Formats: sequence, structure tokens, C-alpha cells
Amino acid sequence: MKDIVFKEIDGGKPFYLLLGFIGFFVLAALGSAWYMEHNGHWVTGMNNQIVWGTPHVFAVFLIVAASGALNVASISSVFQKTAYKPLARLSGLLAIALLAGGLAILVLDLGRPDRLIVAMTYYNFKSIFAWNIILYIGFMAVVAIYLWMMMERKMNKFTRVAGFSAFIWRLILTTGTGSIFGFLVARQAYDTAILAPMFIIMSFAFGLAIFILVLLGIYKWSDRPLGDSILFRLKNLLGVFIGAVLYFVLTYHLTNLYITENHGVEQFILMDGGVYTKLFWIVQILLGSLLPLALLYHPSTGKSRGWIGIASLLVIIGGLAQMYVIIIGGQAYPMEMFPGKEVVSSFADGITGSYTPSLPEIILGMGGIAVALAATFVGVRVLRFLPSTLADDAVDPHYPAREAEASA
Amino acid sequence: MSEESNIDIYRRRFMSGTATAAAGLAVAPGVMLTEVARAKPADQAVSSDIRWGMLIDTNKCNEGCNDCVTACNEEHNLEGFGRPATDAQWIRKVTLKDKQTGNIQTLPMLCQHCEHPPCVDVCPTGASFKREDGIVLVDKHICIGCRYCMMACPYKARSFVHEKLQDQMPYSPRGKGTVESCTFCVHRVDEDILPACVVACKEENHNAITFGDMNDPDSEISQQLKQHSSRQVRADLELNTGVRYRGI
Repeated sequence: MKDIVFKEIDGGKPFYLLLGFIGFFVLAALGSAWYMEHNGHWVTGMNNQIVWGTPHVFAVFLIVAASGALNVASISSVFQKTAYKPLARLSGLLAIALLAGGLAILVLDLGRPDRLIVAMTYYNFKSIFAWNIILYIGFMAVVAIYLWMMMERKMNKFTRVAGFSAFIWRLILTTGTGSIFGFLVARQAYDTAILAPMFIIMSFAFGLAIFILVLLGIYKWSDRPLGDSILFRLKNLLGVFIGAVLYFVLTYHLTNLYITENHGVEQFILMDGGVYTKLFWIVQILLGSLLPLALLYHPSTGKSRGWIGIASLLVIIGGLAQMYVIIIGGQAYPMEMFPGKEVVSSFADGITGSYTPSLPEIILGMGGIAVALAATFVGVRVLRFLPSTLADDAVDPHYPAREAEASA
Repeated sequence: MSEESNIDIYRRRFMSGTATAAAGLAVAPGVMLTEVARAKPADQAVSSDIRWGMLIDTNKCNEGCNDCVTACNEEHNLEGFGRPATDAQWIRKVTLKDKQTGNIQTLPMLCQHCEHPPCVDVCPTGASFKREDGIVLVDKHICIGCRYCMMACPYKARSFVHEKLQDQMPYSPRGKGTVESCTFCVHRVDEDILPACVVACKEENHNAITFGDMNDPDSEISQQLKQHSSRQVRADLELNTGVRYRGI
């Protein structure tokens, strides 16, 4: 393996055009946020039954994916896999960028975003949400230091320690994110410890899918060589993560199906929940899990960059659907306040909560993705995040052996 | 809440006779003024010696009656915008039909003022809080409108203010973008006056709601709770609610 040379990507007109295009989405999201705050949340699809809507789907997805995007760096620094080392910097940058995008949505969807300073100065330490605020900010700081250790030659000796800290921090962070739902006793779909580890494994899959897409995109666009060796490692890993997510989803539902009091919510999500049932089976399971698994492991599509990219995109779409089912489906199922009774009231007790995403909510959610992409592109433009080549002979530690094997 | 003060209110209300709702409102401040003298001094902190609670007898709760809801809406000026999905409801009438037997009951649902409120646990800023006397409130000044308390409340007791409000009651501040719920009419209770819903129910002679200090063994609510079986909604959560129900 040769010395890796990291270089900024080229600027110029195409770069600024791309940035302008992404910037348009950021501006539209700001406009949406202003519209929602000015009029009040009644102009959104949210109501007193579904209090967390589409913005939360995007925000939680991005926050979960952020910690997962750091995995590639962790594999390099913590588990000492040298093949991943050239990708570690991009991994750290994406982690910060995705988190920033998710948090931007979360803050702009608050009833009082102007009170952000209150959220950062008043803490109720029994609240997992308060802990998450600290974990988010801390994650950015820890990963920033980790990047510094990686990028400053004099500091390289601390890379492993910083990488290990960031790895532990990200595990705690995603445990916290999953526990936002896991700790809720009120609703049948939540109130379970499995959500914390499930969110961690979801983060592995979502983060890596985004990482692969960004890597493919930037290397193609900047005309830098990207070898099959590293890409195939990543796509095989993505396949493993998709399988692991499926395992957790299966365990979650099997447990609920065994427990009689949860039969109602399972019937709702798996059979007659309308849009939630469709999203679960068609988008999350079929398009978002089984199809990408087949694409990634099929002898021909598994070797095609186009198909690997499509499989990664499907994982992202499936992940958003999964978040939609967990967050909005979980709220739509009526609360079991009076078991054994049919409940009727003026406050939508006993009936499925109604929710239709509104345009401003969707635009705000997409704005979060735009923030993450803009931060990533600006990052790779101004700092040396990306190796000038990821060709097999440059980065694959086993390349000479393989080469010899092939020619023998 | 002493029985005497209740009688005092009834007498005054009775004397106002067939006065219109507007006239009734005009009388209310007068009632309050005379009661202030008997309330605890304003500078005295609330104490945990008192645990305010409510007992609702569903057998006495009339199916067609909505007076407690109307009284609450008037007291706190909760008049909505004709958008039921987003309008605030601090108290609501719920009708229950037993799936097995078909038996029908009706009861008011409101903030249950739990001893261990999940809304207070999850609130990131501490805006959701419980007073020493058991009343669960939202500090509208530090609520950031994250709505996590609404996710956490097992009773769906909270509402998010979805739009700009006008003509608010000075004793019951509300704000767009914050979360709110039943205050147990804390502004009245602190002045030794019964909550608006309780008074409305008594005025109709339904007497389905008893309000008082659950820590005082001699209070009417304690006596009734001792004599009759009652239950908490979602007792399995062990939240020790301040609102109890008979007949469910």
C-alpha cells in the first residue's frame, strides 16, 4: 500500500452550481419553518394526536444515520482495518454533517425555536431528551477532535484514542436516540428496551448506505479513481447490516406478537394500519431490505456500481419508511387507556390518529438532508478529506497478494 | 377545601339565580375577593402536606352532560378555532362501551396529576413540573414546544397550542408553540375555591366530582376514597394519579 495523498476536490463553476442547487433546498426549508412558526403548527399535518410528524422522521433518520456514518472510521481506528483508513476522514465529516442536518430540522420544528438557548441552559437530567442534547453536541466535538487527530500529522499518534472515544460516544448517542422512544410507557409501540440496540443497528445500515452513495457520487464527479476492492468491502458490510436490522425488526414483532396486550398494535402495523402497513411491508421490508440484499449479493448486480448505488438508495428509502412507521405509526395507534372498552370522545380517543404530511413539513425534512450535503461538499472542497485515489493498487493492503493470485 | 366555602359559593351562585352567563362571570370576581381572605398568604410556599386530588363517580356522570368541559373552556378561555384536531382540550368527555357486555359509561378525562408524572420525567428543560401539593403544570416561559411530554402522557391529557391566541385570561397564561393541560384550576385552588369543572358539576346537581386534599384524612375526598372502591386509569403504570374514578 502506497502513502495516501489527501486532496481537496476542485472548485469551479460546477461546484458552485451544485452548491447553489443544494442551497435552494436549504432556503426553501427555512421558508417552510418560518411559515409554520408564523402561522402555528395547525398549518402542518401535525395535531394533538400525532405530535411528531414528518420533520421528526427526517430528523431522527439523519441523527441515527450520523452515528452510523462514523462506522467506517471506527473500523479503521478502533478495529485496525487498514483498508478503511483512507475513508476515515470522510466518515467523520459525514457524521458531523448528517447530525447537523438532523438537528437543524429538530430545532426548526420546535414550537418555540427561538428558545433554543433555553434548551441549552435548562436541563432536567432525568429526561433522556436532555441527555441527547448533550450527547449530540458532545458527538460533534468528539468527532471534530478525532478528525483533527487524523488530519494533523503531529497528532496522528492520538488517532486511536480519539477514534475509540468517538466510537463509544456514538454507541451511547444512538442508545439515547432509541431510548427517546424506548422509555415511553404510554404507547404500545414503544416502551421496550430493544429499541435502543435496534436503533444502533439501524444506524449502521443507514449511515453506511449514505456513505457509499456519497463516496460513489463524489469520486465519479471529481474524476478520481475508486477501486472495486474497497467498494465491494463496503457493500458486503451493508448487506450484513441490512440482515441485522431485519433480525431486530423480527425479534421486536415476535415479542409483541407473543404478548397478548400488544396484539392490537401488531395487528395495526402488520395488517390493517393502512398506509403504515403498506410502508412496513412494501417499502421497509420488500424495497428497503430484501431487494437491496438480493442486489448486493447477486453475482452480477453485486459487482455493478450502478446497482450498488441503487441498493444503497433503497436502504435509505426503506430507512425513512421504517422511521415513519415507528414514529408516526406508533402514535397513530390509539392509546390503551381502557382495556376491553370501545372508547369515543371529541379528542380522537379510541380511533386511529389521522396524519397527512404537509408540504412545508416535507420541505423542512429535505432541507435537513440539504444541510448535511452542503456541509459535506464544502468540507471536501476546503479541507483534505478525500484521498486523490482509491484505486485498488493504491489502497488495498492485500492487492499485491491478490494480483499474484490472479496471475498465478 | 372546606365544606363551608363550598356552601358559600353555592349560596352566592343561587342568589344570582337565573343570571345569564355574562352576569355569572361578573359575579365570579366578587366571590373570589371574599374568599381571598381565607386563603394561604401569597408569600407562603405550597407544601407537600397537601395533595390535591379528584374523585370522579362515573355512576353520577350524566351521558349527555358536558358542563365540566364547558366550564373549563370558559374559565381558561379555551374556545377553539373550529379545528378539533388541533384545538386544545384540557378536559373531555369520554364514552366507554364494554366490548363484551355492551355496558356504556361516560366520564371526564383530564390531566391525572400523577405523583410520578411521565411528562415531568421526559421534559428536557424542566418546564413540566409538579408542585409540592401534587398539581402538575407547565412553565410556559421555558417550554420549548418539543412535545415530548405529549408523547409520554398515558392519558393524552396535553394539548399543543397550534395557533395564535387572543383574549387570554390573566390567571391562566397560554402561548402559541407551547404545551398546556389542566391546571386543576390552580389559580382558584390557591384562593380556596373549587376548580371550575367541579363547581359546574355541582351546579347541575350531578355531584360526580369531588375535589379536595387526599392527605387530609377528614376531607370529603379522603372519606369517600376510604369508603368506596375506586381505581386509577392505567394503574399498571404505578403513577399514583391524583384523579381517581369510581364505577369503572
